[in-house]
Amino acid sequence: MTVSRDVDIALRVNGEERTACVHPMRRLLDVLREDLALTGTKEGCGEGECGACAVLVDGKLVDSCLVPVAQVRGREVTTIEGLAKRDTLASIQQAFAELGGAQCGICTPGMILAARALLDRVPDPTESDVREALAGNICRCTGYTRIFESVLRAVQLERGAP
Amino acid sequence: MRSDIGDFELAPAATLREACERIEAGYRPLAGGTDVMVLLSAGKLGHARWVDVWGIDELRGIEVRDDAIVLGALTTYTDVRRHEVVVRELPMLVQAASETGGIAIQNRGTLGGNIANASPAADSPPALLAYGAELVLASRAGTRRVPYADFHTGYKKTVARPGEIIASVVVPRASAGDRRVHFYRKVGPRRAQAISKVCFAACADVSGGRAGRVHQVRIALGGVAPIVVRAHEAEKAIVAGESADRVGDAIGRAIAPIDDVRSTARYRRQVALNLTRDFLHHVGLDA
Repeated sequence: MTVSRDVDIALRVNGEERTACVHPMRRLLDVLREDLALTGTKEGCGEGECGACAVLVDGKLVDSCLVPVAQVRGREVTTIEGLAKRDTLASIQQAFAELGGAQCGICTPGMILAARALLDRVPDPTESDVREALAGNICRCTGYTRIFESVLRAVQLERGAP
Repeated sequence: MRSDIGDFELAPAATLREACERIEAGYRPLAGGTDVMVLLSAGKLGHARWVDVWGIDELRGIEVRDDAIVLGALTTYTDVRRHEVVVRELPMLVQAASETGGIAIQNRGTLGGNIANASPAADSPPALLAYGAELVLASRAGTRRVPYADFHTGYKKTVARPGEIIASVVVPRASAGDRRVHFYRKVGPRRAQAISKVCFAACADVSGGRAGRVHQVRIALGGVAPIVVRAHEAEKAIVAGESADRVGDAIGRAIAPIDDVRSTARYRRQVALNLTRDFLHHVGLDA
């Protein structure tokens, strides 16, 4: 039987050119965590139900457990590590910290990237927009209310509110 | 148990022709991965050789023609939700797209993949059936069109021949002068990110004013048989002006629900009949 050999796959991750020599069907999630040592992206269910592994590919939210790495060749991948600027948290991160939107933290990277994808498209979302945008992300700690409040707080922060 | 990825092959393809050559040689197409990669992770992916079709532009895009809307097989649920003409003319497909998974799934799941995966609980097939869609199947020999109503033949079985890939979905547009009534309901355990227990889609063309007569209707149901089914007999009963009870009886004969992990046969049958009543009420035929 023919099988794929490992191949060099070049992509941009959080603005940096990276190359991984991996099997083309390897999950983007595993390449990020194990080959590129970016462990901020979490594995939850491994079947696209929980959103813990969500990242942005060319600005679009995807579950990285369902993306074979060959499909991000030459693409821009944004993970949770790419949001903060040096020691300054991104507005969504700051809002989650301020309002208790994160507890155990496993769902948080995916929640924040799902929120980022929403705010990039809809800068002034309603709570209903936020609920829809985060419907694919499961949290087992907070009960969601603080997460939704955090996203709406981030909207204020991005408008320069104190 | 995770699969050993070394047992699998993912071959690249830049063009539809290259993909068709691979498919003829026994490869299967991998698009957005929302079904295939789940099986891979679970150690349940039964096929080893895959060809990556995600980057093939010929399979992407939505074209609006005078008589039909042609959706490339790689059209994602997000593409469906954001296309102005699709939103206006195919609201049931848009509703199916918006109720399929969360945003991350909608950005990756494709119409072609949803059809090829052939799950009887998939959400877009009932809408496509109710709109009278056709599929364009491509192979190295060329293309052929098949009515979507004839595509699924049994559980996970289709009329696609070895070497064929779904290239596009052709949905006819309504003729001018008709008032078109669209009715789509998905019933699952919760509103977000749930797999259907029962999915009901109906599209009726009503002539004249509000009290006008239904002169064409297509009804399709998901989750209630080994394949997504068209309820032809019930459609004829509606056009013939028969009673709601007779229509319901015909729906009952069109479906063959089972007990499984997601629901029971009894519940599914009752919900299918309730949705039929709701639809008749919606078009003003329950008097």
